[in-house]
Amino acid sequence: MTAVRCIDLCKTYRQGDQDIKALDHLSIDIEKGEFVCLMSPSGGGKTTLLNAIGGLDIPDSGEVWIADERIDQMSKGQLADLRLANIGFVFQAYNLIPVLSAQENVEFVMQVQGIPAAERRDKSHAILEEVGLKGLETRRPAEMSGGQQQRVAVARAIVSRPELVLADEPTANLDSKTSAELMELFTELNEHHSTTFIIATHDQRVQAYAKRLVRMLDGRIVGDAEQHAA
Amino acid sequence: MHMFFVLSRLAWRYLWRNHRRTIVMLSAIAIGAWAMIFMTALTRGMVDQMIEDGVSVIPGHVLIHDPDYLDDPSVNNRVALNDAELDERFGDAGFVSWASRVRVPAIVTSERESRGVTLLGIDPQAERGFSFVDYDDVDGRFLEGPDDKGVVLGAKLADTLETRVGKRVVLMSQDPDNEIADRGFRVVGLFHAEMDATEESYAFVGKRTAQDMLRIGNSVSEVVFVGDDYRDVEPIYEKVAALVDDSVRVSRWTEVDTYLGTMMGMMDGFMLIWVIVIFLALSFGLVNTLVMAVFERIREIGLMLALGMKPSMILGQILIESMMLLAVGLLIGDVLAWATIKPLEGGIDISIVAEGMEMFGASSTLYPSFNIDDVILANVVVMILGFLASLSPAWRASRYEPVEAITKV
Repeated sequence: MTAVRCIDLCKTYRQGDQDIKALDHLSIDIEKGEFVCLMSPSGGGKTTLLNAIGGLDIPDSGEVWIADERIDQMSKGQLADLRLANIGFVFQAYNLIPVLSAQENVEFVMQVQGIPAAERRDKSHAILEEVGLKGLETRRPAEMSGGQQQRVAVARAIVSRPELVLADEPTANLDSKTSAELMELFTELNEHHSTTFIIATHDQRVQAYAKRLVRMLDGRIVGDAEQHAA
Repeated sequence: MHMFFVLSRLAWRYLWRNHRRTIVMLSAIAIGAWAMIFMTALTRGMVDQMIEDGVSVIPGHVLIHDPDYLDDPSVNNRVALNDAELDERFGDAGFVSWASRVRVPAIVTSERESRGVTLLGIDPQAERGFSFVDYDDVDGRFLEGPDDKGVVLGAKLADTLETRVGKRVVLMSQDPDNEIADRGFRVVGLFHAEMDATEESYAFVGKRTAQDMLRIGNSVSEVVFVGDDYRDVEPIYEKVAALVDDSVRVSRWTEVDTYLGTMMGMMDGFMLIWVIVIFLALSFGLVNTLVMAVFERIREIGLMLALGMKPSMILGQILIESMMLLAVGLLIGDVLAWATIKPLEGGIDISIVAEGMEMFGASSTLYPSFNIDDVILANVVVMILGFLASLSPAWRASRYEPVEAITKV
């Protein structure tokens, strides 16, 4: 079953006097339960592709499908509903809500989803324990290290068991041990819950966990190969 | 409702993220609210006092006259009903207080001076409850009945006439045949009033004595009815109107003293304008605070949108934040206003500017009035206008594109 389908995507940004082609007639299919790693030099278009798949950015042309739904023509409200129900995001720069504690950050998506308080509490405790943050539930982002914040962001992304997780450089600010733990967690979720992961990264260590490596250059796919994960 | 609590918690936390800015803004709102309510209390107190003084001099909340009396208050324009008929109609009708009186223009003359006055022929017992004269605070004595042959003047008028208790004066007016009607009276008392103008304007004599002097039998110039609240006279008006026919005119006090009536209407308008003016000054701070609050968390707004919050939720969150700021500021301002007005309700002595105040009918003591309706009006107007002023920054926040907002540095 296809989890993500992109057809002939184009996206051009204007930078000064120059037009930058972030996506150049890019097409890709990703099946449910795949663990895909997008790799490219900076400016290769992987973040733009992730944003298009997540409905955060609308391509200039082409089609984006999530499961059976075409999302590039959806309204902002429909896209918000789609992201809320189906997609977990992990951003490079942690992106936690600074006025909420670790547990409240994890519960945030579930709150918006309308999940009852007791269930939220149980799930958030469990996931924080799973990412190694037991005992830090009441800390606010400013009181945690970068690695701890990233683990909270990961916990938030996966706590409601989304079908698709999009991660943009999730290990960029983590040490090697924390990176490995995070990737182990992703792998476990991928294998046990069939969660589809699409990870944009430069990190060779992350690539080792991927089952499929997609190489991009100047907004195009220049390599797409399956591999045996670590 | 669930989402309201989610947004409210976020809004409250964001409000205190920059607590110094929030405290400054809260102080501004509180002081603004205090100023609105305090100034209104002072003005309301002054206007209420003017109206109450004025109504007590008229006196009466609803009055019956001859249809031409208000245009020409002469002895010829008397109420078509005599004392006996009035007693028959109104005596057992359940009015709180009512009285009939003779009220005509006259001249009072002492051996040294003459002055124009309003001659009031009254039944002192019938008017005791609502007269502007305190019968127990009279130099000498007040009238003892409708047949009393004495006259009670204002203390200021006695000074002007250079007369005093025990001396005689002459009151002169016209009878229905336009003949001079006059009579000598012994000054039996001097009354005191809040304003000199009141003391200079009225001369009280017994009602039957006045009727005899003016040769009008047992007819009167006006019948007055007093209720519990001068602001709510409609029930009495309708009751009185139902008991009389077209031969007389039934008026509310606002129609008899249009100046005071207009002033009461103006007071509410003034209050609204005053609240809006202060709010306009406040709104710059409020909008600036919200713009800054939005500006410094563009990334977080982008994040929330990326995580699945709808633009309408962002809009709601900013509006709730604004409403919370206003509500807390208003609450502090309300309490502050109550705490500063209550101790002053006994009156503020402004006798230093008494003459100026009297020029427009106000007394020399100001009684601030903490009116809950004024407080509600100020709060509601500020909340509504605050909501409208917050729409623009909230709308802009909800329009951010998540991918752009989330990459803002």
